[in-house]
Amino acid sequence: MKISDVVCFGAIIPELQSSDRDGAIKELVGALSKAGALGKASADEISKVVIKRENEASTGLGRGVAVPHIKHNGMKNVVAAIGRSPGGIDFASLDKQPVYSVILLISPVDDPDKHLQAMESIFKHLQRDNFRKFLRQSQTADQIADLIKEADDNPTL
Amino acid sequence: MAKVVREIEVQIKNPDGLHMRPAMQFVDTASQFASDISVSSSENVVDGKSIMQMTMLAATHGTKLTIKAQGPDADQAVVALQQLVEVRQFDEGQG
Repeated sequence: MKISDVVCFGAIIPELQSSDRDGAIKELVGALSKAGALGKASADEISKVVIKRENEASTGLGRGVAVPHIKHNGMKNVVAAIGRSPGGIDFASLDKQPVYSVILLISPVDDPDKHLQAMESIFKHLQRDNFRKFLRQSQTADQIADLIKEADDNPTL
Repeated sequence: MAKVVREIEVQIKNPDGLHMRPAMQFVDTASQFASDISVSSSENVVDGKSIMQMTMLAATHGTKLTIKAQGPDADQAVVALQQLVEVRQFDEGQG
């Protein structure tokens, strides 16, 4: 699966207003909702579940990135939103460092394989030093969108 | 110190596959051992002690993985990891 197949390009936030985790999650869920990517699910409900999931175990895996994710029965497709925080957010990450890039992933309940393939695609890119660096440096939604599209074709990104 | 290499094939049995929580459990278990642990699917070889790399494996239900442990406690490591993956099924198996 390509990362550009799951990223909702209308839900890219180049500068998150919130400096806290829950606020950032709500902004990203709100962006997905505004872009019409949440189907029947309500933004408030999704935010609540994502925050609850995050409280159980942080998805901040280190190196300045976090990938909050849930499955929800209101969803028809796997969708992702991307947020960038120039100032960094405390995500209770494994390495205790702030998070500068957040990729939020919402998946339907009944397709665990597709959810995993989306995670695989996201982490394959987040593993790469260049991809993380460029994502952190991108200042506009267009730049982030270009990076996502290029990353699928260019393994050095 | 004896350099033992042990390799074992396991199959993912829990319906949701190797998502982030099971990947964390795997890394926690693997990290209890001194041995180097690598995990390979048909496509990738990753460090069994790196949560980011393990999540990247994204092994779905039914996927076969090869766990390779190399070091003084390689025997115990593969036994513990096989137990986690196939017997406990990351504590989320059905039936």
